[in-house]
Amino acid sequence: MLWVDKYRPKTLDKVTVHDQVAQNLKKLVAEQDCPHLLFYGPSGSGKKTLIMALIKQMFGAGAEKVKMENKTWKIDTGSRTIEIELAMLSSTHHVEMNPSDAGFQDRYVVQEVIKEMAKNRPIDAKGKRAFKVLVLNEVDKLSREAQHSLRRTMEKYSASCRLILCCNSSSKVTEAVRSRCLNVRVNAPSEDQIVQVLEFIGKKENLNLPFGFAARIAAQSNRNLRRAILFFETCKVQQYPFTSNQVAPPLDWEQYVAEIAADIMKEQSPKRLYAVRQKLYELLVNCIPPESILKKLLAELLKKLDSDLKHEICHWAAHYEHKMRLGSKAIFHIEAFVAKFMSIYKEFLVSTFG
Amino acid sequence: MLFYGPPGTGKTTTALAIAYQLYGPELYKSRVLELNASDERGINVVRTKIKDFAAVAVGTARKGGYPCPPYKIIILDEADSMTEDAQNALRRTMETYSKVTRFFFICNYISRIIEPLASRCAKFRFKPLSEEVMSNRILHICNEEGVSLDAQALATLSSISNGDLRRAITYLQSAARLFGSSISSTDLISVSGAIPEDVVKSLLASCKSGEFDVANKEVNNIIADGYPVSQLISQFLDVIVHADDIPDEQKARICKKLGEADKCLVDGADEYLQLLDVASETIRALFDMPQTLVF
Repeated sequence: MLWVDKYRPKTLDKVTVHDQVAQNLKKLVAEQDCPHLLFYGPSGSGKKTLIMALIKQMFGAGAEKVKMENKTWKIDTGSRTIEIELAMLSSTHHVEMNPSDAGFQDRYVVQEVIKEMAKNRPIDAKGKRAFKVLVLNEVDKLSREAQHSLRRTMEKYSASCRLILCCNSSSKVTEAVRSRCLNVRVNAPSEDQIVQVLEFIGKKENLNLPFGFAARIAAQSNRNLRRAILFFETCKVQQYPFTSNQVAPPLDWEQYVAEIAADIMKEQSPKRLYAVRQKLYELLVNCIPPESILKKLLAELLKKLDSDLKHEICHWAAHYEHKMRLGSKAIFHIEAFVAKFMSIYKEFLVSTFG
Repeated sequence: MLFYGPPGTGKTTTALAIAYQLYGPELYKSRVLELNASDERGINVVRTKIKDFAAVAVGTARKGGYPCPPYKIIILDEADSMTEDAQNALRRTMETYSKVTRFFFICNYISRIIEPLASRCAKFRFKPLSEEVMSNRILHICNEEGVSLDAQALATLSSISNGDLRRAITYLQSAARLFGSSISSTDLISVSGAIPEDVVKSLLASCKSGEFDVANKEVNNIIADGYPVSQLISQFLDVIVHADDIPDEQKARICKKLGEADKCLVDGADEYLQLLDVASETIRALFDMPQTLVF
């Protein structure tokens, strides 16, 4: 079992990093009932962990027995029927799914599938907790229409169903949905907190941590706890006992982007642009999200630039990322950014060194 | 009738209340058709379901003291998310059956309702609720639920909810759930997801330092803390506008950038890049650097 899963806190009491949030959540569900919730925060900050712990707190151990199923929904839109296949994790008390997987058809998922589930009132002999919890992941990736559809569903079936929404950036969730939920911000753990967690795991696994080792991993992980733990485990597999100057190998795609950045800095010509395109394609076919590529590329380039240029470059990065969102083919926009950078940088070189 | 206005101002509540007052609970089901964005509302539905419902005539049947006028009501909630085609298909239907069916459109943005439809309706604008109305309502709820709220908390509540009563009530309920029956203004701020002042101030301070890397680090921290950038931008705007030590020209430049960034965020652009762009432009504005590099 991966350490990430092994040391995931199972109950709200055991949550260490966000203990304040956890305590609040506990108070929230103490009275049998809770409002709709919206969890937001960067990835690897523990949203999912909190949600699972919360559900467990509400329903007890029954919520832990989950089964995975792939269900196909046939939806009749009048003129045609469409089939949507969705993976769902469900227990007797909650259902978890990722409606944005349906792509542009996500509207139908919200309209039909969620409504269907929200309508079915769970029966409880004791008459308590007569509601279901529906966990929706990545709501920020839902289309506008789907989010609009969500609003009324939330109100109409609030007697029998609570929604827990989970997303990275709450800016992308419409105001209307946000105002219907209790927003819970889950911030990324600070480096000190990551160090604490790593030391805790180290102790449990009976590992001997050299001084400063955990701090180095924490610094490398960019305040992403999941990544830190994965790095930690990688290091363990790679070499144990730890040496004092051991570092986790960076992710291979990040290394690749760093190479691209170095290439661009070395030579600015159409020929080089062509070579870079090959590499970018390589990254894209391996399903690296284009915005991550662009962000990493920017970070790499920023390391090596003058401050005047930095302003200019970060402006263009933001510009092309925005355009990328509006367009549909990511490669054009990343390439445009690379070309723009080359032209600016070359001009800069020519003007400074003649 | 066409009701429009920002969220949480009582449009749907008003429409439903009118319908109930006209028909009473008994006839309500047969006389009122309520459709909203969670129902399928393509052109087909307009052509079949709405038309069929609209075409049936009803008589005046006085029941239980309700007026029950001889027409039915179709409530189209969130009408601004209907397609233009569907709206066009409604035009003639509305006129043909105007004797037996009345339409209520409810929307946030009147500009998304096509002109021919809008001109067929009596328009009612729902303004964001004034502080007075809101505090009355909130106090009423507090009394009913046995929650105590001091004057300062009340003021905070109406300022953070921006005239959106539903949001104010949601905050109130969440705060009551979390912090028990006496609520202070800091409790409310913590449930509302507003960004603490010092985060915004430190961003501005880092911009004032003029160092790109300092600003970059600050931006990274803000993103890692998970603050919503759209919210941050609007609070940053407040700080910039009220800052005394920044000349107007620089303010204008920063505000322009903030506006652009906000639009980009609405389009779904990446938060980190947009915020970084805002920070860098702020630095450039504060130090009167040119907008584009000239070599």
